[in-house]
Amino acid sequence: MAKIVGGINVTHVPYIGRAIANNLQQDPYWKPFFDGFPPVHDWLAKVKPDVAVVIYNDHGLNFFLDKMPTFAVGAAAEYNNADEGWGIPTLPPYQGELDLSWHMIDSLVEEEFDIVTCQEMLVDHAFTLPLELFWPQRKSCPVRTVPVCVNTVQFPLPTPARCFKFGQAIGRAIESWDSDARVVVIGTGGLSHQLDGQRAGFINKEFDLMFMEKLISDPLWVTRYSIPDLVELTGTQGVELLNWLTARGALLGEVAKVHANYHVPISNTASGLLCMEAV
Amino acid sequence: MNTGRQKRMISGTTMFDGDQARKGYALNKMCFSFNSAENRAEFLRDQEAYCSKYGLNEQQRAAVRSLNVLQMLAAGGNAYYLAKLGGIFGLDMQDIGAQQTGMTKEAFKAKLVAAGK
Repeated sequence: MAKIVGGINVTHVPYIGRAIANNLQQDPYWKPFFDGFPPVHDWLAKVKPDVAVVIYNDHGLNFFLDKMPTFAVGAAAEYNNADEGWGIPTLPPYQGELDLSWHMIDSLVEEEFDIVTCQEMLVDHAFTLPLELFWPQRKSCPVRTVPVCVNTVQFPLPTPARCFKFGQAIGRAIESWDSDARVVVIGTGGLSHQLDGQRAGFINKEFDLMFMEKLISDPLWVTRYSIPDLVELTGTQGVELLNWLTARGALLGEVAKVHANYHVPISNTASGLLCMEAV
Repeated sequence: MNTGRQKRMISGTTMFDGDQARKGYALNKMCFSFNSAENRAEFLRDQEAYCSKYGLNEQQRAAVRSLNVLQMLAAGGNAYYLAKLGGIFGLDMQDIGAQQTGMTKEAFKAKLVAAGK
């Protein structure tokens, strides 16, 4: 059976793409963010995953408000990035892992998660940039991928408890996949930020640091909050932490922290990075 | 809408719920079209005609005309889609944040840095 080697949660902000394209990793503005990654590169070199399940939210590249699934799973041989409209470079395609996609789809529906399946799926910066950050020296991404998209755009959003359970079902699906593949689970987005309204620029460092700590020791902690609570505590886009929570659920049992980094701000966002492995 | 449920009010914050999604559909659909460079160019050639093509109402057209983000939100705009419109005019998230909070861009950036201390 396949093995889950661990999980990595990280912020996705479009301008990271521009910073990478312009080689700004050591620029004073970006350095505290990019300097967080070498320990993750070392860990990936050690655990050598073949496949990445990437849990993220689309920002209006693949999905529009005409059809907005709460949970969607990719089932394509290849996933293309495309013009997102805000001037960041379009990246080369990412290889899919069709066997795991369909095994996850079967297993999730069997567990009563009635997900949307996508045999064509454009992937935006929330999917692509974490892969670029984790495998920066490669021209193309060395892992095969399964995208899992969570609606964090149009309310009602799935509750934190539901996301955690969804993540657990993803974890059970991976571990019951008849394969010798090594799988890393990636959650992207957050942490606290708000782009819109008079409260734009809202950041909550205290909550973010608590969330990162509790995700290791007590992941159900955050499920005490409703979605409106999380909007109040982390901002309208801070709710993307649901992707982190889903990824943590997929790791199933107890985990230990491999590495963490937290830096404010990149763009309008509190950036977080948390690498975890099973104990 | 009368669902019998009271909405949670958070100061300076609009949750993009069903009411907003209904109100803002035409505006957000137009912004979604800006994923295409061809569409961005068409919009810039004739903004009024492009707004008509997507059926924006007068409130939405006025907000787009003045590039006023708070007015676009009031007209049902969603931040992720509106950012694609902002991109056409070279506005980054700090420009948009400064405009909405009535601060200078420098002051808004300083506020973000201070939040990390």
